[in-house]
Amino acid sequence: MNAHVSPESAAPAAEAEETWTVAGRTFRSRLIVGTGKYKDYATNAAAARAAGAEIVTVAVRRVNLTDPNQPLLVDYVKPSEFTYLPNTAGCFTGEDAVRTLRLAREAGGWDLVKLEVLSDPKTLYPDMEETLRSLKLLVSDGFQVMVYCSDDPVYARKLEEAGAVAIMPLGAPIGSGLGIQNRVNLRIIVENAGVPVLVDAGVGTASDAAIGMELGCDAILMNTAIAEAKDPIRMAKAMKHAVIAGREAYLAGRMQKRLYADPSSPLGGLI
Amino acid sequence: MRLLLNGEDRQFDGVASIADLVAALGLDARKVAVERNLEIAPRSLYADTALADGDRIEIVTFIGGG
Repeated sequence: MNAHVSPESAAPAAEAEETWTVAGRTFRSRLIVGTGKYKDYATNAAAARAAGAEIVTVAVRRVNLTDPNQPLLVDYVKPSEFTYLPNTAGCFTGEDAVRTLRLAREAGGWDLVKLEVLSDPKTLYPDMEETLRSLKLLVSDGFQVMVYCSDDPVYARKLEEAGAVAIMPLGAPIGSGLGIQNRVNLRIIVENAGVPVLVDAGVGTASDAAIGMELGCDAILMNTAIAEAKDPIRMAKAMKHAVIAGREAYLAGRMQKRLYADPSSPLGGLI
Repeated sequence: MRLLLNGEDRQFDGVASIADLVAALGLDARKVAVERNLEIAPRSLYADTALADGDRIEIVTFIGGG
């Protein structure tokens, strides 16, 4: 096995900086984190930093008029530190989604957005027919749309054709922490996409994130897995490493699987 | 003036524009977005956007979400 090469020759080449690009914006971190479900915004900000995240998802809601001095997300998870990715959570129609994101655009000037149009409250599964219709409305309104979707390769292609800047299939239902349930579909989506593919929803722990990256996804989006961990900041750090590990493993190219053992120590020269 | 503000019937006096309303509510205009009768009110025009009796106003901000 050991070819005659100098001891230094297998040293890794200077690593080119690993980045990914969505809608013309380039990022180093492949982990996008949500800002929901944290006990307070300070923990939220600390977790986002520990995750090494550059993008955070945010929701748009009515201001609290009874107490205008309540803490605001923008004072903790600052738009100067993170790229805000406003979502359409709670929208069930294209018109609702456009209205919500127009307000988000006015609040901060962002046109990079996350579209999610959900169906029933029990599964929070995306309504793909309405999602596709909403995407078309948003694209014609000038938005750059990253789309939360089912892990259906046919719909993934339709979304890309309709102008989605990223395809974001679920690994499992939102907040379930079940991990990636259909690796085959996810891989098919990755192989056929011309835009970034992100696992959005379903990740429960670090190995789930690594699996998503090993399948060739460009990034992972998660919220509950970090926010509901006993130690969110530590889990954020774990997720950062998992995403990097999964990406490196994908780029390295895994060994082939075999049915039987193959000794790592040579059998020749046994005493 | 009567406004439907974030879904609630509210009465305001001495409020002529969106800038007045935002100030009267104690909100920081840089951290909110305003919709008047389903139309976005651009922040740069708050002082020039007059309010009328019965207007439907939505004032939103960013909160945590996934």
